[in-house]
Amino acid sequence: MTVIDTEILSAGSDRRGDLASGKAETVLSVEGLTVGTGRADLVIDVSLEVRAGETLCLVGESGCGKSLTCLAAMGLTSEPLIVRQGRISFLGQNLSSLSENQLADIRGRDMAMIFQDATAALNPVRRVGMQIAEVLVVHRGLSWRQAEKQAIELIASVGIPEPDLRAKAFPHQLSGGMCQRIMIAMALACRPKLLIADEATTALDVTTQAQILRLMRELQAETDAAMIFVTHDLGVVAEIADRVAVMYSGRVVETATVDELFENPLHPYTRGLMACRLHATTTSHGRIAAIEGTVPSPSRRPEGCSFRPRCSFAKDTCLTLPALAPVVGNHRAACHFAGDFA
Amino acid sequence: MMRLQFILTKLLRGLLTLLLAVTFVFIVLRVSGDPVSMMLPDDTPPAIVAEYRAAWGLDKTVPEQYVRFIWSALHGDLGYSFRDDRPALTVVLERVPMTLLLGVCGFIITVVIGLFAGIAAALKRGTSVDHAAMAFSIFGHSMPNFFLAILMILLFSMTWRLLPSSGGATWWHLILPAVTLGIINAGTVARFTRSSMLEVLHQPYMRTARAKGLRLTRRVMSHAIPNAAIPVVTVLGLRLGGLIAGAVVVETVFAWPGIGLMLVNAVGQRDLPVVQTIVLLVALTMVITNFIVDLTYGWLDPRIENRPNKEG
Ligand SMILES: Nc1ncnc2c1ncn2[C@@H]1O[C@H](COP(=O)(O)OP(=O)(O)OP(=O)(O)O)[C@@H](O)[C@H]1O
Ligand code: SF4
Ligand SMILES: [Mg+2]
Repeated sequence: MTVIDTEILSAGSDRRGDLASGKAETVLSVEGLTVGTGRADLVIDVSLEVRAGETLCLVGESGCGKSLTCLAAMGLTSEPLIVRQGRISFLGQNLSSLSENQLADIRGRDMAMIFQDATAALNPVRRVGMQIAEVLVVHRGLSWRQAEKQAIELIASVGIPEPDLRAKAFPHQLSGGMCQRIMIAMALACRPKLLIADEATTALDVTTQAQILRLMRELQAETDAAMIFVTHDLGVVAEIADRVAVMYSGRVVETATVDELFENPLHPYTRGLMACRLHATTTSHGRIAAIEGTVPSPSRRPEGCSFRPRCSFAKDTCLTLPALAPVVGNHRAACHFAGDFA
Repeated sequence: MMRLQFILTKLLRGLLTLLLAVTFVFIVLRVSGDPVSMMLPDDTPPAIVAEYRAAWGLDKTVPEQYVRFIWSALHGDLGYSFRDDRPALTVVLERVPMTLLLGVCGFIITVVIGLFAGIAAALKRGTSVDHAAMAFSIFGHSMPNFFLAILMILLFSMTWRLLPSSGGATWWHLILPAVTLGIINAGTVARFTRSSMLEVLHQPYMRTARAKGLRLTRRVMSHAIPNAAIPVVTVLGLRLGGLIAGAVVVETVFAWPGIGLMLVNAVGQRDLPVVQTIVLLVALTMVITNFIVDLTYGWLDPRIENRPNKEG
């Protein structure tokens, strides 16, 4: 499925030394985040951290709370979603201590998000070039003329042919993949310090996907940005991630560096995902091929470990909730028997 | 290509609407009583009655009269007023500026109050601002227009003696009828604006606007309103019919010398050419505004014109 690009890999390994030595600055840290509606908790006690130049991949089946975690990290949750608990700091600033206008100044400039459904995420009655240019007008103080010119360059940089023509198009005149790339161009416009990409390349064909991943890598190398990359595609994870957080039913169930995770997956859920990948990988939708059973609905999670009904290792102990604890070094897993798998 | 076909279809439909309106009024007027016997004293000699009939073309059969009427109308001749021996069109056109003045002022009040209240209610959903705006909307919607007109007269003219209640002599006379007309329609516009805004505010692209770091004013002005405006413009266009109907009633209650008042009088007096002329004019206005609304719609919503340059 995925074209592994040697250039990308080598660019990645250069930085890994810096990251491992812990010198890089923490860009985003999420501690104990719980997001819910009045009826159920959708994201529970999630803690994440990304440092400058680092790429964290969020993986997990559909509905396990990846997108909501990203939204909350941007401070974008709105009715009916409520952030019940947790602290989100961006470059050392607690987001909840900032006013809406201060947040607005940060968003789009220092932290940017690429949304999952790009076609719906673009304004249908505005030309796409204008939608990109707007970011530059607001944050960089450019004139509309300058901004639109720069928008065309950005559109070209995400590999869209005839960028000056496309800039004048409305979203409905572009394909899903093109809208996705417009969104990417918009997010990259101000060279943010944190880029959150929610399934940013899922709608793209393999060649374009490789091109976009390379573009993001290059930009990251240039600006030392932190990146959170949500994906279903473990091939992409292998290619782009420094660290991985596996989510299941609203919780992070395993985190590790990408090498560690692929070599030695500890949580039965992660092992299931890997096994699916070995068996001819992804389905036609690009989704992870099914592990037996389905993700429980947030309002009807089983008692104890949420993965219990689907887990072939489940014992009575699993009726109590396993904590996300370090197993080997900084490799953490939320399973009572993770130590046995190590 | 598409555009020309679109315009032609609209034009044809507009002409058909005009023809239907005029035909309907023509028939209703002929079957609802003889104008000659109503205008002349009862003891008029039959010879004179017959003379009048011939002069007004009422001695012919109804189909004959109809063909003749349409034929001359196509040539710009809408007949002579029975009352006032001048061309009906001239008589009616004299009154048009007054109605336009009232209508435009009423419409502006409708748009300003309706949009403002609707947008405020949507942005402050569930607060007292929202409740007040919606209470006002229900008030405007459920209040019969003549009743509101009378209420206004009672309060502002009779009780507080602030404003004149009847006639069109000064600018002061314009205030009560224009406000009455404006308020009646503003309620509906406010309700539509609110629901349209609420729907738009929940769209994913509004979240994108927030993620881009746009402040509230910019999000509302540059992203929410252009989308919310699409259904609201349609409603405004549709309300124009209501506005004209309302104008007839309001003009009558406030004795505002426009074509609405003239229409009521002309119907009472069986002044057929004048009634027909007014109906034709009103229908024409509606057709034209409908056309304008359609054009605006296409301009506001780029998705309407399906340009075939979609590419993957
Ligand atoms: N606005 C909302 N109101 C109520 N529930 C929501 C809302 N948004 C998401 N959810 C629920 O929260 C859960 C997590 O959703 P989320 O979109 O974060 O999943 P995801 O991991 O991104 O899945 P996918 O891979 O399909 O994008 C789901 O059960 C979803 O139904
Ligand atoms: S805690 Fe038990 S049920 Fe949950 S993953 Fe581990 S073994 Fe399976
Ligand atoms: Mg998602």
